[in-house]
Amino acid sequence: MDKGLVQGTSALMRFIVQRDRLRLPLWLLSFIAMTCIIAFAFTGLYQNDAERQAMAETMRNPAMTAMVGPGYGLDNYTIGAMLSHEMLLMTAVVVGLMNILLLSRHTRADEEDGRLEMIRSLPVGRLSNLLSVLLVLFGVNVLLSVLTALSLMALNIRSIDAEGSFVYGFALGSAGMAFAAIAAVFAQLSQSSRGTVGLSITALLLAYIIRAIGDLSDGTLSLFSPLGWILRTEAYVTNYWWPIFLTAGAALALALLALYLNSARDLGSGFLPVRAGRAHASKGLENPFGLAFRLQRTGLIAWAAGLLLIGASYGSVLGDMESFFEDIDLMQQLIVQQSGFSITEQFIPVLMSVMAILGTIPVLMAVLKVKGEETNGRLEHILSKAVSKNRLLGSYVLLAVLASFVILGLAGLGLGGVGISVIEEDLQLAMFMKAALAYLPAAWVMVGVAVLLLGWAPRFTGLMWLYIAFSFIAIYFGELFQFPDWVQKLTPYGYVAQVPVEAVDWGILSALAAAAAVLLIIGFMGFNKRDISQS
Amino acid sequence: MAMLKTTGLTKMFGDFKALDGVDLEVEAGEVFGFIGPNGSGKSTTLRVLLGILQATEGKAEIFGLDAWKDAVEIHKRVAYVPGDVNLWPNLTGGEVIDLFIKLRGGKPDGKREELIRRFDLDPRKKCRAYSKGNRQKVALVAALCMDADLYILDEPTSGLDPLMERVFQDYIMEVKAKGKSVLLSSHILSEVEKICDKVAIIQQGKIIETGTLKELRHLTGTIVQVETKVPIAGLRELKGVSGVTDEDGAVSFQADTEELDAIMRHISAFGITRMDSSPPTLEELFIRHYEKVDHPGGGG
Repeated sequence: MDKGLVQGTSALMRFIVQRDRLRLPLWLLSFIAMTCIIAFAFTGLYQNDAERQAMAETMRNPAMTAMVGPGYGLDNYTIGAMLSHEMLLMTAVVVGLMNILLLSRHTRADEEDGRLEMIRSLPVGRLSNLLSVLLVLFGVNVLLSVLTALSLMALNIRSIDAEGSFVYGFALGSAGMAFAAIAAVFAQLSQSSRGTVGLSITALLLAYIIRAIGDLSDGTLSLFSPLGWILRTEAYVTNYWWPIFLTAGAALALALLALYLNSARDLGSGFLPVRAGRAHASKGLENPFGLAFRLQRTGLIAWAAGLLLIGASYGSVLGDMESFFEDIDLMQQLIVQQSGFSITEQFIPVLMSVMAILGTIPVLMAVLKVKGEETNGRLEHILSKAVSKNRLLGSYVLLAVLASFVILGLAGLGLGGVGISVIEEDLQLAMFMKAALAYLPAAWVMVGVAVLLLGWAPRFTGLMWLYIAFSFIAIYFGELFQFPDWVQKLTPYGYVAQVPVEAVDWGILSALAAAAAVLLIIGFMGFNKRDISQS
Repeated sequence: MAMLKTTGLTKMFGDFKALDGVDLEVEAGEVFGFIGPNGSGKSTTLRVLLGILQATEGKAEIFGLDAWKDAVEIHKRVAYVPGDVNLWPNLTGGEVIDLFIKLRGGKPDGKREELIRRFDLDPRKKCRAYSKGNRQKVALVAALCMDADLYILDEPTSGLDPLMERVFQDYIMEVKAKGKSVLLSSHILSEVEKICDKVAIIQQGKIIETGTLKELRHLTGTIVQVETKVPIAGLRELKGVSGVTDEDGAVSFQADTEELDAIMRHISAFGITRMDSSPPTLEELFIRHYEKVDHPGGGG
């Protein structure tokens, strides 16, 4: 290769590492910590062969195959086999996501914002930037592979041996390289960083779905997906290396393609045509509510679909609950034993509370968007028109409340719709919906607190995320770790009746709704009184 | 009737006094220029007038209504272009223009297309793809196609090229001819000079000068350039003379209007061969004002 094309690559590599000196270690640390914590947790959760085999039986379910991949080592389900079977695919998806985000950040995003133009005005080769990003990311993936392997070995679990750990680590790393290279190609094709990330994530999801369909049938289709390949390593069971070489080889080929495409185009251009947008606003975008919805439409739809899927996947395992719980002592602490109700019925409110808290996240995002709009100086546009502050904030609150109905409703529908088809007991969809919608007033209280902060302490709206995290810990782990009762009462979710084990308490639900209303009114008062500022 | 009036307007941000007793008055059919360096309080004043910030003390009124309490009512007849135009990256320029027209409660008239054409804007592009100048055009098109009574414009041309600046000035003249008022904050002093009837200069939150351009010039005096047979002696010591420069016998200085007569008598004694006098440009006024503040007593 002409030396002039890659001039300055090593300096740029150092620059990338310097820019991401916090980001990269944090990503790596989270992956390694998560993998090790889960491996370690497995040793506590499943203490003997019988318990592990019970889990293996649950894994023979087609829904599980679709979710985590085909079972291997199920006849001798060691901790190692369990870890690679249940965790490899999910972790690889997130590793892929990391690579996509990092690659887009250093290529198209820099190009779009004009930073690359400044770099290119220096004595730096045309391919240097893309090459340096690819080299850094490939290095990061190798580092991830080695560190994951070494950390797993350090856990000193008998079935987690050295070879299996390296196969597991490099399966993750090679998948990461593949998605870095795929994103690198899309960064040449698309003209925006949004397009790059969007197309790459679509490819990631497609790889996941193709593999799921393939794994459910004879497996041929799975060989067209890099995620399908790495599952064929069967780490800790058969330890095949060929899928790793295949994946890394494909990554290399795609990286070369991206470099070729990069050399063949002008700075700032792309290969995909840019579609012209609308010259006029549609009817739906002519009021503050329409704008609030339009700005968050994609995100809300994605969250709604996500909650429906989570509900459905929880629903798909409801049928195995009874046998599963009988075998595992620790799991029984998670739910309150209550006579007259089956374990499945008692587990429904636990699942519902998790989904309700998760489902509140997009609801809060919908209302806290006001804060982002304010910081970016865009509220000014709206408020300088004939729009009152009440109408503006009200539009976002209305959107959040509507979102809460749709998202919690879909979560209940997913859980119930799939659940009913797999359980033997006679449970009604209406009961599932009731269990889900009982959490609505609690979600509204969270919206109320968010508006209170928006009105009186806009700098502290970030605390809402801490509150949500606290709610999750208090509710989900409250039973397991036997927290005192008052801890759960610190979050609105702690007041919601455990349908179907308990009856819906309309008094408490009305009280929660009233509390939400009071919080909203006080919040609106503050918002009306305060300055709108650009921080 | 005053379209816009502030009296003793004061705004505190914590301990920092951003505005300190600002008095402004804009009449119907007037184009009012608001000038001052960065951070002097121009945008803060405009944002108080729009009811986005609440005044700590003093009054801000538009159409005789309170800028904070009656914001919505006022905004039906006001068009605003912010200094830093941030738009929604995933909406097109055309969509934003329509949204703004609707939010103001107006009906889109034929002017929308005309303005888009004259400003040479592509309304089908997403806002993330627009340059600073193009984002400003979006805000300008949305503001100018409204039939407002008062236009509040915060450095509206800072990202436009000279051609587009001309288009903008044409539209301001058109608006003025219809008897509407414009409050224009600007850095581009030649522009203010060309289109504004009155000017206020703000410095560290205080209005330090206000009036018609003629009044301001009168206050400051005349720029005189003169060449004489014999070098002028004792010019710098004369009362009312400031900013003397001497380039190869071509002397230039600023003369206070009240002392003009005495100064001319003094100079004529040295045998004038060439003389030129002009009113100071706004830029000279501006720089003189700030130099005065920086070096009290110096005066050039």
